[in-house]
Amino acid sequence: MRCSEMSKMLTAKEIAPGAMITEPGSAMKFETGDWRSFRPVLDREKYIDCLTCWIFCPDDSIIAKDGKMEGFRLSHCKGCGICARNCPKNAIRMEPEGV
Amino acid sequence: MDIGINGDSAVALAWKQVDPDVCAAYPITPQTIIVERFSDFVADGEVETEFVTAESEHSAMSICIGAASAGARTVTATASAGVTYMWETLGIAAGMRVPITMAVANRALSAPINIHCDHSDVMSARDLGWILIFAENVQEAYDNAIMAMKIAEHPDVRLPVMHNLDGFILSHAIERMSTLETHTVKNFVGEYKSKHSLLDIEHPITHGAMDQQDYYFEHKYQLAEAMQGAIKVIEDVFEEFGSISGRKYDLLEPYRCDDAEYVSIVIGSTAGTIKEAVDQLREEGHKVGSIKVRVYRPFPTEMMSKLLEGKKAAAVLDRHMAIGSTGPMFGDVCATAIDLEKPPELVNYIYGLGGRDVPVSDLKKVYMDMIEGNCKKVNYLGVRI
Repeated sequence: MRCSEMSKMLTAKEIAPGAMITEPGSAMKFETGDWRSFRPVLDREKYIDCLTCWIFCPDDSIIAKDGKMEGFRLSHCKGCGICARNCPKNAIRMEPEGV
Repeated sequence: MDIGINGDSAVALAWKQVDPDVCAAYPITPQTIIVERFSDFVADGEVETEFVTAESEHSAMSICIGAASAGARTVTATASAGVTYMWETLGIAAGMRVPITMAVANRALSAPINIHCDHSDVMSARDLGWILIFAENVQEAYDNAIMAMKIAEHPDVRLPVMHNLDGFILSHAIERMSTLETHTVKNFVGEYKSKHSLLDIEHPITHGAMDQQDYYFEHKYQLAEAMQGAIKVIEDVFEEFGSISGRKYDLLEPYRCDDAEYVSIVIGSTAGTIKEAVDQLREEGHKVGSIKVRVYRPFPTEMMSKLLEGKKAAAVLDRHMAIGSTGPMFGDVCATAIDLEKPPELVNYIYGLGGRDVPVSDLKKVYMDMIEGNCKKVNYLGVRI
C-alpha cells in the first residue's frame, strides 16, 4: 500500500467495527492484481483452449467464455505462475512487471 | 433479600438470574466455584444456558468468541494462568468487538506457583481492549456481574468486560449480600439482540477478517474510541443500576477525600481495608482519604484529575509488579496528574503479591510515610528486603 493511496481509503468512522464484512462477495472489489511482480502472457501460436489454466487458477483470473480461453483478468491475478507451470503446451510465460 | 454467600457463588447467582445463552469455561482456582455452581444450575434445568466444558482456557475463550459472534449472550470465568492461557484469544475478543463478559477471580501468576490473590493476571491483560471493573466486596462482585453485560452489549461500546474479584478474599469468603429479584435482573439487562449475528442467514457476514497495512490501524483506533465512549455508558449503567438496587456506584469512589491532604489510590478488596486505616488516622488528627478505582479500563482520567487537585501527596497502590517499570496504575495516575497546575507528590506502593496479607497497620504506614516524607518513588509494602 503506497502512502499516496491512503487518502482515498475509508476512515475509522466509515468502516465496520471489528473488521466485520457485512457485504457478501465483496472480495470481488478488492483488487489483488497490484500484488503481482510477474504477469502471465499468452502465446496465441501455441494455446489449444484446453482450459487447464482455468482449472488450476487459485483465483478467478482466467477469462473463459464458451469453452475458449480468452485471456487473463489482471485486476485479481497475483502472478503466482501456476497457470504457466501447468500449461501442457507451454503457451503461458511469466514476464516481469514494470520492466 | 439478604443472604450469606461467597463471591464466586454470587457471580454464579447473577448468571443464573440473567440466564445467558452460552457459557464455555474451564475450571481454575480460585474461580472454580463460579462454573461449578453455574453448571449445577444448568444440570438442574434452572437456566437454559448452553454450557460447554472446554479442554483449556484458550478453547473456552475461542468458543465464547464463536458463540458471541453468532449473537449469543456469552459468559465465562477464569483466573491466573487461565487468563494468560487465553492471551491470544483475549485480544481477538476485543478486536472482534464481541461483548463477552468474564469473571476473573484474581490470582498471582507463576512462578513460583501460588494460588492466592494479586492482580497480576488482569493487570497483565490491561492493554488488550477489555473493559476492567473491580469489586471491593461480595456485593459488588454480584452487582458487577449484572452490570457488565449491559455495558458490554451497549451499541456504543461492544467491548468485552472482565469483572474482577480478589481471589479467596472475595471469591471464597462468605459475606452478607443483598440480592435482586430475578425479574428485576432480567428487566435490567434486557434481551440481547446482536446486530450482526453469524446465524442471520438473510444477511450473511464475515467475522474475524484480516486487515493489512491499509485498515488494521483504523480498526485499532476504533477500539480506542469505543473505550473512551464507554465512560459515559458505564456511568449511565451505574446510574440505572442505582435506581433498581439503591446501590450507587461510580468510576472512582473517594472516601473522606474532600478536605484530605494525603490520599491513596487503590483497587479491589484493599479499598475496603484502607477505609479502616483512613478512619483510624482521622481519629489521630491526620487529613487523609482514599480513592477506590472501580473502573480501571477505560481509566477515568478526568475524574481522577479532579480528585487529585490540591492534594499534597498521593500513594498509588498496585497489587501487581510491572517488572522493569513502576506499578501499572502509577503510570496511569502520573499521566493524569500532568494535567494539574500543582500536581501532588506521587509515590507508588507495590503490595500484597501472592496473597501477602495487607493489614490496616501496613496501610497506615503508607500514609505516615507520605506525611513524614519517607517515601521512595517506588516502595514495596511488607516485603522483607
